Amino acid sequence: MYKAMIRIMPKKGILDPQGVAVGKALAALGYSSVNEVWVGKYMELLVAGDEPAQVELQVREMCSRLLSNPVIEDFSFELVEIGGRP
Amino acid sequence: MKFGVVVFPGSNCDADCYHVIQRVLAEPVEYIWHQQDSLSGCDCIILPGGFSYGDYLRTGAIARFSPVMEAVAAHARQGGLVIGICNGFQILLEAGLLPGAMLRNRDLKFHCQASWLRVERTDTPFTNRYQQGQIVNIPIAHGDGNYYADAETLAELEANRQVVFRYATAAGAVDATANPNGSVANIAGIVNRAGNVLGMMPHPERCAEAILGSEDGRLLFTSLLRWGKGGMSDGR
Amino acid sequence: MGAEQAGAVCPWREMGLSDQEYQQILELLQREPNYLELGMFAVMWSEHCGYKNSRPVLKLFPTAAAHVLQGPGENAGVVDIGDGWAVAFKIESHNHPSAIEPFQGAATGVGGIVRDIFTMGARPIALLDSLRFGPLTENRARYIFSGVVAGISHYGNCIGVPTVAGEVFFHPSYEGNPLVNAMCVGLLRHQDLKRGAASGVGNSVMLVGARTGRDGIHGATFASEELSAASEERRPAVQVGDPFMEKLLIESCLEIIAGGYVVGMQDLGAAGLTSSSCEMASRAGTGIEIDVACIPLREHGMTPYEIMLSESQERMLVVPRAGCETQVEEIFRRWGLEAVVIGRVTEDGVMRIRDGERIAAEVPARFLTDECPVYYREEQEAEYYQRLRQFDPAVLPLPQALDQVLLQLLAAPNIASKQWVFEQYDHMVGINTAVPPGAGDAAVLRLKEAGSKGIALKTDCNSRFCYLDPYWGGALTVAEATRNLACTGATPLAVTDCLNFGNPEKPEIFWQFRQAVLGMSEACRVLETPVVSGNVSFYNETNSQAVNPTPVVGAVGLLENVEQRCGLAFGPDGDLVYLLGPWPAEMGGSEYLSQIHGVEAGPVPRLDLQLEKRVQQTCRSLIASGTVRSAHDLAEGGLAVALAECCLGRGKGAVVELPAAALTGSRPDALLFGEGPSRIIISFPPEQESSVRAAAEQNQIPCYRLGRVGAERLQILIADDLVVDLPVAALYEAWAGGIPRCLNQPSM
Repeated sequence: MYKAMIRIMPKKGILDPQGVAVGKALAALGYSSVNEVWVGKYMELLVAGDEPAQVELQVREMCSRLLSNPVIEDFSFELVEIGGRP
Repeated sequence: MKFGVVVFPGSNCDADCYHVIQRVLAEPVEYIWHQQDSLSGCDCIILPGGFSYGDYLRTGAIARFSPVMEAVAAHARQGGLVIGICNGFQILLEAGLLPGAMLRNRDLKFHCQASWLRVERTDTPFTNRYQQGQIVNIPIAHGDGNYYADAETLAELEANRQVVFRYATAAGAVDATANPNGSVANIAGIVNRAGNVLGMMPHPERCAEAILGSEDGRLLFTSLLRWGKGGMSDGR
Repeated sequence: MGAEQAGAVCPWREMGLSDQEYQQILELLQREPNYLELGMFAVMWSEHCGYKNSRPVLKLFPTAAAHVLQGPGENAGVVDIGDGWAVAFKIESHNHPSAIEPFQGAATGVGGIVRDIFTMGARPIALLDSLRFGPLTENRARYIFSGVVAGISHYGNCIGVPTVAGEVFFHPSYEGNPLVNAMCVGLLRHQDLKRGAASGVGNSVMLVGARTGRDGIHGATFASEELSAASEERRPAVQVGDPFMEKLLIESCLEIIAGGYVVGMQDLGAAGLTSSSCEMASRAGTGIEIDVACIPLREHGMTPYEIMLSESQERMLVVPRAGCETQVEEIFRRWGLEAVVIGRVTEDGVMRIRDGERIAAEVPARFLTDECPVYYREEQEAEYYQRLRQFDPAVLPLPQALDQVLLQLLAAPNIASKQWVFEQYDHMVGINTAVPPGAGDAAVLRLKEAGSKGIALKTDCNSRFCYLDPYWGGALTVAEATRNLACTGATPLAVTDCLNFGNPEKPEIFWQFRQAVLGMSEACRVLETPVVSGNVSFYNETNSQAVNPTPVVGAVGLLENVEQRCGLAFGPDGDLVYLLGPWPAEMGGSEYLSQIHGVEAGPVPRLDLQLEKRVQQTCRSLIASGTVRSAHDLAEGGLAVALAECCLGRGKGAVVELPAAALTGSRPDALLFGEGPSRIIISFPPEQESSVRAAAEQNQIPCYRLGRVGAERLQILIADDLVVDLPVAALYEAWAGGIPRCLNQPSM
């Protein structure tokens, strides 16, 4: 059993309205040291499988097909074996 | 011209589109359940507005994988007519049937309001009843209407005259004050390269009857009827 | 003995039951209840579910009429609108959760009220809200205000039901106790009306929708308490709504009803499975047996107690017609919903909860419902009552610049444009909204399935009047709600009510409650609007500071021909402007007194219910005959604000000349800003003047010519003295920017 920890972030260069709003809110609270903010998504998937390479391929496919929109988002992920049966 | 209105789990404006076609225009129309793999012989497919799958993950991201979308894509490839309204536009973008992507409104708020559009192109199945440059009143209601295309895609859209509607002021100015959501180049609606697939954020079905305040949306449907009568070929 | 220890020895106290109530339970059962049974009594006998403090008073409402198909006692009231169609509607509160987590509190409030409507077989076609917050100068109030609006927007938009009308009010008495009342209206054919009764012994009972988790356990008792600092720690009590799941429930439930597969249906709300199953059994006079081991769960290791009291959202109980279980399951499956048989209807009147083989609880259903104690609370006239009503506003100085007063009132959040709010609501989905928010005194929906009819909808309450004089405040509230309907041309059919008050165990609060209901009842009788549904929300107090008495009325009216609907905006230049009703002269309890003079006192304006009825009738008939172009009643801000609002609709100006006679026994500010009832501003083409005067005379109501529409300024003269002369643009700037400006100012 593997845990996939997936990060999905807006592509650099695209306006991230949420990030802008969060940045302004931080500045209003006095955190003038914050230059930029991007807001993305973090997901965890529990994936059954024996071969790490197989699981990695599957997760990569899931990320490109559904979990992220390649036009406006980038993804990255980590796989961790959590052992044992489900 | 037989219309088909696709119903996804979470579609809300399907009944509205159905009403306009059946009751206002008195034309044949059917609902197409998202699990169907055929389009029941419909000529013009409408992907209606709403919140398919609750807009979860990303708007339109899950609906684009519904079984019916394969048939819709095939229909589009063969030159069949497809209209995506609001959530329907978002689904067409996620499905790659139209270029670009949809972001959250720049001010992060949902906007339900009247909006004015400039008709940029009238030689399409969808806009042949409008006048070139006409300013029409078609309302919007969305939280994710901020259309995005990268510089290269945008250049192509403009070069190929794929922009059909742009946000304008009531007086006709296409500028930042007219833009309710931050969409690039004030784009409110586009067609694909071949001109048979339209995606638009505003809701034409909400302004096809005088009692609702504007009838400018009706012309989109009558354009389709005129196109249908003129034969199904690509007669531009 | 410390409070914790006492709680362990007397677990009923922790659950909100008194020692006396526990004694009653012992007597009824003739044994001690186990923990689960005790929990079931605690929620069913809470004020929120059992109405033990309010039932005797609620009986005062008139509830019957020929056109009422279903009165109070079911999930919603249902009223006939002719041609085989009916509307179902109800208003409900979700105050306590919204104080803790505004977004989800408001969202789940919408979810709950919508379920009450479609469970009756009606398709939800409109939402309304009535919202109250502390003043927007405070950060906390802004946070709660924006959270609540965003929550309603999120949920309502997602399920595709338009939010078409409502009210928003800001006042210090709501600091710490926001009021979030949500109303839903649905449309149905008579034959599709379904009741929440578990009839048919042997019938299966199915649970459909979301999985059951630990959400909101004891949420019903939470709503039956005052808030304190400790309430913040009860944050887990707030549930998260899933509007997508709700949308699937709406479609699938309406489909199984239309297919004739259903005997009864009930939504799960406060007190979850316990109250829904119990109420279904009670209504049918049957019993119900449930096996919690069958229930799909979201969490591990849930006990029967947790399962029965869970308030997980978006769940329905369905009793299929015998033999139709397969069709029902198939329809739910197509919509992607889990539907599981969890029990059956029995004939012994007992609520029997099993956990597999073991019986976990066994209580006759009527012990939980009919045997719920009823309290006849002590009533005592509030100490402030005589003192405040004797205040004479005439001792206050008359402001010099009445036009500045007008601008200040227009910019006040209680009067200013609410566009910031309703622009976040999809008010057009369903393509029925013929008079959208802001365009009329009430929302008007055409009914695309039901011919030429239209319905008018509004929520109203003047809480300041209700505080100063609960009896007349209650009556004035009903008068205002129905008057708003009349201004669109609609005939009021019936009302629903949401009664928001403080702690009823305090005699002065109970006095407010009972007096308000008495006043409302009298007005409902004269104006012929029975009360068909409603909700009571007590314990809206923080640190013993109660909210103003706020009995909200949701009114529904009918237009036989929706093409005759009427808006509030002035039309073409040259149209005449008239006042139907007497000259305003009373400043007591007005927004003007509060905003400009910082005073909340005075006798509330007098209400003559028969006059009110005749004024409404006159307005209605003038609209029906196509005589008038606009109608707008006087409310907060009085005559001057109402005139400004009529101008702002289409950016028209007006010249208004008030004669010296209008000042008799009064003074300029009372005339311009007094908020007396039974007054409507109308505009019409000059050639209709004699028809208007004739109609007023025929109905025996006063009417006065005010002036004419024209130019782009609002000019008001009193006895030839020009007291207001403002460009419409200035009115617009004050009014349109009122709320946004407040939100952008540095807060306190």
